[in-house]
Amino acid sequence: MSRTRVVVTGLGATTPLGGDVPSTWEALLAGKSGARLLPEGMITSVNVKFAAMIAVEPVEVMKPVEIRRLDRSEQFAMIAAREAWADAGSPEVDHERLGVVIASGIGGVTTMLEQYDILRDKGARLVSPHTVPMLMPNGPAANVGLEFKAQAGVHTPVSACASGAEAIGYAMEMIRLGRADIVIAGGVEAAVHELPMAGFAAMKALSTRNDDPTKASRPYDKDRDGFVLGEGGGVVILESLEHAQARGATIYCELAGQGLTSDGYHIAAPDPSGSGVTRAVKFALRDSGVDLSEVVHLNAHATSTPAGDVAEANALTAALGEHMSHVAVSATKSMTGHLLGGAGAIESVFVVLALKHRLAPPTINIENLDEAVKVDVVRDVPRPLPSGPIAAINDSFGFGGHNVVLIFKSFEG
Amino acid sequence: MALTQDVALAGIREIVVEVAGIDGAQVTMEKKFADDLEVDSLSMVEVIVAAEEKFSVKIPDDEVTKMTTVADAVNFIVANS
Repeated sequence: MSRTRVVVTGLGATTPLGGDVPSTWEALLAGKSGARLLPEGMITSVNVKFAAMIAVEPVEVMKPVEIRRLDRSEQFAMIAAREAWADAGSPEVDHERLGVVIASGIGGVTTMLEQYDILRDKGARLVSPHTVPMLMPNGPAANVGLEFKAQAGVHTPVSACASGAEAIGYAMEMIRLGRADIVIAGGVEAAVHELPMAGFAAMKALSTRNDDPTKASRPYDKDRDGFVLGEGGGVVILESLEHAQARGATIYCELAGQGLTSDGYHIAAPDPSGSGVTRAVKFALRDSGVDLSEVVHLNAHATSTPAGDVAEANALTAALGEHMSHVAVSATKSMTGHLLGGAGAIESVFVVLALKHRLAPPTINIENLDEAVKVDVVRDVPRPLPSGPIAAINDSFGFGGHNVVLIFKSFEG
Repeated sequence: MALTQDVALAGIREIVVEVAGIDGAQVTMEKKFADDLEVDSLSMVEVIVAAEEKFSVKIPDDEVTKMTTVADAVNFIVANS
């Protein structure tokens, strides 16, 4: 018996570039940066004064009672999931066959910190009874599960900045294993707060280009000095091909396979040998059955850190060999900033759109390409992708040494 | 200072509108918090804490468990403020 094929039938997002998928994609193709100075009240002693904050505040699109009961990360998940579900045609489904897998790297960190302020300043009696459901990392998945009455299973893989990609891979496996016909999958993050920023800054992980925020996220540029913290998230609707065709759904593309490995090297630093990444790419190719010659595009993890970007590029070349020179590489964090647990999800949304529109999005802010970067980077303007059957890769890595590689391919029936 | 029933009802209405996000006109004496007003057990904690602040009363936990309707809350507040 052949394996169940999994297709993408809906997309949703809320990002620093736009409040939904169309506005985000348009800004991405135009090469816009979502980074900006923090509002006055958020400037602190942290030596980073900017971030890529959400373009459309949830309060503009949600009911006040939802804002009150949902952590910001849960609000992002709900907004993106509602868009994705509508994009998939708001299907009538058997709820026992509907799953949700939505990840977050950190969970409801702003709720935890705000409620701690209340506890310390006013006492335990005024701590909100919604505190725990708001701060738990599975809160975004759980609330989306409630909204759509998902009963096949609601899950939250947590692997730092690989979480969003891992969630989408997990959702694919739910369908392959026969646990669900349709799964709402993605990742979100809402961690623009002084404590996580101070923590990342203490690791020297963040760019400190305070005088020029929109130029700060510059993957592959020789003067890159760290990542730009972003917020938001992305959601995809995954379905078995059979289920999608039976209801006449519009199919964006196929999610063909995934590869998962871990470095076993360091809690935060990338393994300079890149062997974990190389193995993950090879596993994903094998799992997907995609022919290497079909791989034409890759949305890189490339966060704009000095060590990470080159290690990744080298590992990709080790995995794909000579073919790597035929792959159009886009580093979209140059525009969105780094959405942490949302990154792998929003970048999967971008890969799906790249396959649909046959257009690789640009990488901005490369003034002087780092000579150590040997891959073919799409710079400044979008690049057309070939016609015919094509495939594209999204790779994501997380603190802890997590490597997740997803392969999507054009749907050929 | 004793509160009138109208003042207590107006106060409860204001709190429920904020906590549950429903139309204030819905908040009438006979309504049940959980079944009619989308005030679940977690949100009921918010209602009670807000009511205690607003009316300077103490509402013991065993009284809270008996407060099914808006009238239950209003009558307790009028009797104890």
